[in-house]
Amino acid sequence: MSDLLAALNSLRERLKEIPQADERRLQELKTEFLGRKSGALTDILKSLPALDPEKRRTIGGAANVLKRELEDAIAQRELELKRGATSLAAVDLTMPGRRQWRGGVHIVTQIVDEICDIFKELGFTRVVGPEAETERYNFYALNFPKDHPALDAQDSFYLGGDVLLRTHNSPVQIRTLEAYPPPIRIVVPGRCYRRDPFDASHSPVFEQIEGLAVDEGITFVDFKATLATFVRRIFSPTTKVRFRPSFFPFTEPSAEMDVQCQICGGSGCAACKQTGWMEILGSGMVHPAVLENCNVDSEKYTGFAWGMGPERIAMLRHGIPDIRLFFDSDVRFLEQFI
Amino acid sequence: MIVSRRWLETLLSRSLEGKDVADRLARQVAPVDAVVPIHQDLRDVLIARVLEVKQHPNADRLSLCQVDAGGGAALEVVCGAPNVQAGKTYPFAPVGATLPGGGGLKLERRKIRGVESNGMLCSAKELGLGVDHAGILELDTQAPPGTPFLEAIPVADDQIVIDVSANRPDLLCHKGVARELAVSLGGTVKLPPLPTPPPPKAPVRGKDRGAVDGVEVRVEDPEGAPRYMIAVIRGVKVQPTPAWLANRLQSVGQRSINNIVDATNYILFEVNQPLHAFDLARLRGPAVVVRRAKPSEKIVTLDGVERKLTPEMTVICDAERPTIVAGVMGSAESEVSESTTDVVLEAAYFQPTRIRRTRRALGVSSESSYRFERGIDMLGMPEALGRAIDLIRAVAGGEIREAPLDIWPEPQQPRSVFLREARVAHLLGVPVPRKEIERLLSAVGFVVAPREERMAVQVPGWRPDVTREVDLIEEVARLKGYDTFPDELRPYRPTTVPEAPSEITLHHVREHLVRSGSGLLEARTLPLGPADGPDAVPVQNPLSAEEAHLRSRLLPGLLRRVEHNWSVGERDVRLFEVGTVFKKAPAGARPEEELHLGIVLTGARHPQHWSDGASGERAKLPDMDIWDLKQHFELAVGVAAPFCAVQPAPDGAGWVAAKEDATGEVWGAATPLEADAPKWAAPLYGLEIKIAVGQPALFRYQPLPTQPPVVRDLSLVLPAGVTAAAVADVLRREGGSLLERLEMLDEYRGPGLPAATRGVTWRCTFRAPDRTLTEQETNAALDKMLRAAEATLDVRRRSA
Ligand SMILES: [Zn+2]
Repeated sequence: MSDLLAALNSLRERLKEIPQADERRLQELKTEFLGRKSGALTDILKSLPALDPEKRRTIGGAANVLKRELEDAIAQRELELKRGATSLAAVDLTMPGRRQWRGGVHIVTQIVDEICDIFKELGFTRVVGPEAETERYNFYALNFPKDHPALDAQDSFYLGGDVLLRTHNSPVQIRTLEAYPPPIRIVVPGRCYRRDPFDASHSPVFEQIEGLAVDEGITFVDFKATLATFVRRIFSPTTKVRFRPSFFPFTEPSAEMDVQCQICGGSGCAACKQTGWMEILGSGMVHPAVLENCNVDSEKYTGFAWGMGPERIAMLRHGIPDIRLFFDSDVRFLEQFI
Repeated sequence: MIVSRRWLETLLSRSLEGKDVADRLARQVAPVDAVVPIHQDLRDVLIARVLEVKQHPNADRLSLCQVDAGGGAALEVVCGAPNVQAGKTYPFAPVGATLPGGGGLKLERRKIRGVESNGMLCSAKELGLGVDHAGILELDTQAPPGTPFLEAIPVADDQIVIDVSANRPDLLCHKGVARELAVSLGGTVKLPPLPTPPPPKAPVRGKDRGAVDGVEVRVEDPEGAPRYMIAVIRGVKVQPTPAWLANRLQSVGQRSINNIVDATNYILFEVNQPLHAFDLARLRGPAVVVRRAKPSEKIVTLDGVERKLTPEMTVICDAERPTIVAGVMGSAESEVSESTTDVVLEAAYFQPTRIRRTRRALGVSSESSYRFERGIDMLGMPEALGRAIDLIRAVAGGEIREAPLDIWPEPQQPRSVFLREARVAHLLGVPVPRKEIERLLSAVGFVVAPREERMAVQVPGWRPDVTREVDLIEEVARLKGYDTFPDELRPYRPTTVPEAPSEITLHHVREHLVRSGSGLLEARTLPLGPADGPDAVPVQNPLSAEEAHLRSRLLPGLLRRVEHNWSVGERDVRLFEVGTVFKKAPAGARPEEELHLGIVLTGARHPQHWSDGASGERAKLPDMDIWDLKQHFELAVGVAAPFCAVQPAPDGAGWVAAKEDATGEVWGAATPLEADAPKWAAPLYGLEIKIAVGQPALFRYQPLPTQPPVVRDLSLVLPAGVTAAAVADVLRREGGSLLERLEMLDEYRGPGLPAATRGVTWRCTFRAPDRTLTEQETNAALDKMLRAAEATLDVRRRSA
């Protein structure tokens, strides 16, 4: 009888193993103690009928108490494990948590959306147009003279006849001016093509965001204000900008916009060729000839337009050194921007 | 266009600072690409006087010189130049100096034939100032010995590289750039005077022909050469160019050739008038005929290449043959050479388009063709030719016996453009007073005269770009300074243009995929590649054969991106792309553009976690399989073409998305993909679907259930040839409105089932919206479903 009591005591000793057990160990303990065929406590309970009544009562009482305690402890532990509430002492909390794959949109898409959203707040809607265009939409309606150097076939990809892959998103200016009356305020994201071989800063295919505003009374001041507001939003509220003379057939006055160098802050470095400025977009007041080509009264209506490269802005803002990285689709690159 | 700071200084009669010039030009005139200092590498070189010259004791050709370099005691210097003379002044590099082209090495004190030399007297070549290395450079300077060379001799300079746009030919010369700078700096532009006898008589006008000093001149192609001037200079001496002229040309990156050619180049860079000098002796006739080339006519140009001409080109001929491709390049036969004594000097205006086409057709260009293409100052030609004659006579002698001939069949007056003060304010947004407008415009050569309410503005000949009012307004804005205009936001009216539906759709598709939790990363692949199908649109002038077609599908490009990732050791790749693909259209029409969605999947279904118990063996992690492919295909179809159903492909190779209508039009497909995969790569799957542009479906609220569900699992045995979809259809139909949900739990094949059959278990959830279902109701519904399945498909319940 003392054997049975000793066995019960040593079993009780092992109660404390239960709160520490992991799922597998818990199953083992459960089988070891309470298994239907050869559980230690089961065996003791099975042996009760052979004892005399008094011992049976004493040992039976103790065994049943222990059985309940074991069952409760196991149930408690099972619940804990199910809830994931692990005893802090039992696990290494520095172990990594579970992970899931993370997806995300391309950094260029993110920048395009961000830029378009800023202009959306300034009253511009987002529109698009075809990537394969005719010379009329890509050049002539935009006031390119018939023998402008930009029309050199070596600069554009031709598909046959006068059809080419658009070299800028400006054809959408024409398509919009033909289809809608002023007031017009649009941003045009999309892909463009130029016959430049790949290098760190050139790609034969690139993204561009074009913009156009046409209405009565739009002036050079509105033009500067809109673009300066944009720059302060995409970079920082204190970013300095400057506008410089430039030339595009479809704008006049034409301007290029520089922002304070995002690397040196304006003091001059290799990236900005010591000027403290970085060129960010080409722009200007819409040339009256463009309006006239679309049957818009150029005495009554004025406007401004611009074009910029989201890849370049992404490179400046995120320190990406090579435009080819955008096209490699290397998952190690893509995952850095989600 | 490269301009020299020093050259600008001469024209503006003041000193300038390179960076300041660049900044002023950038803000008011044209972008500046760079400021390149030249000859700054001579800062260690000093002015030195040779006091005494002795024979070197051990070498006949060397001398020993006592040199005063300003340091007090005379230095002993070994010199190998034959022209060294006592009492003369030379550039001197002391010990420790670095010299150009020396790779930054410091000059050391060293023994030459046993005698120590304390420095070096330098030749022009050693200083990078010319090619002359026969002797040391004798200097004409009053500067005392020890003066830095750069202070005494004006060679240090800055090259300012201006990005001149096609519309501003006036900036292709120093005079034009100086004119612009004078606006912000103040002062006026004056060409440096030339030491020549009084200029020749004014040119003689001719209609289409004439003669000058025995040379017959005939213009048969007035369209190609609207104005054509010829001068004859006799008795010139062709010889090396004086240093000042060679240095000027060198400062803008031009090699010196001889005094005549250099003089014409100088005028080109000074006032933007291209000139051509040819040898009168080699001119047959002697005659100069300007005409269109004849079909298949040939000429060997200066570069030794025989070129075939066409009637689209203008040529300058003598009495017998073409000698010059007008405005582009001359021939070796007619060029000025050392034996030349009489020079025919041409100043012309060639039609810009003609020059551009000729240059493009022949594949050659020159400083002259570059300028003719953009349009030179037709009104300023006599002045430029006169200055060229003066310069040639100053550097090569010679005389002019007859006034130059000026053939100008249709003389032009300066153009006038009207400008309204109110329109300036209307476009620029701030008023600019009339006085200010006049001041700004006249500063760069416009002549402003009042004409009633408006201003009549006479445009100088060097500004072919100014043809309408807005061009003048740009001038006002630019010269006033873009930075002086405010940039405050003013109210605007809302646009009439709606958002593009396709942009809304693409945004929705991207968001849907990214939020799906599958870890899909957006890729942006090149739309150019090898032909990817019979519909692929070829590019006529591709950069390479690998990029000679537009894509008609997204998957081939995505597949190449997976291969790239494999090549850098990445095994888990899940990419999607939304973008335009192109399909062939009838010749001459724009190709059709469609929006597609493509997805590629390979690698583990989940990232590894230590608790998975894989013991670091990746193989134990589940890789994505065809059911992951189907999952993503259903996801893609649901968002891109929700009106399509996913069905097994007819060829059994995967699935297709077919329109759920009579047409059954296929919008997309999903299959395992073949690829050039490394051994360790997981299977690769891909899908592609056309995106339908439209509003995403509106979600409508469904009342939440208030009654409890009854759940029953149904294990069925499906005979061969019976699909799960067919069984589920029957179960759903018969279950009616009580059957809320039908989920597949499990498939079983093997022992306990008749051969060629399989067991499939569905979980059926029954619910009535208005009452708790009774046991009998549920059993009756299940019974009905089972009977129908048995009757139509021979599907029975699996015995327990
Ligand atoms: Zn910088």
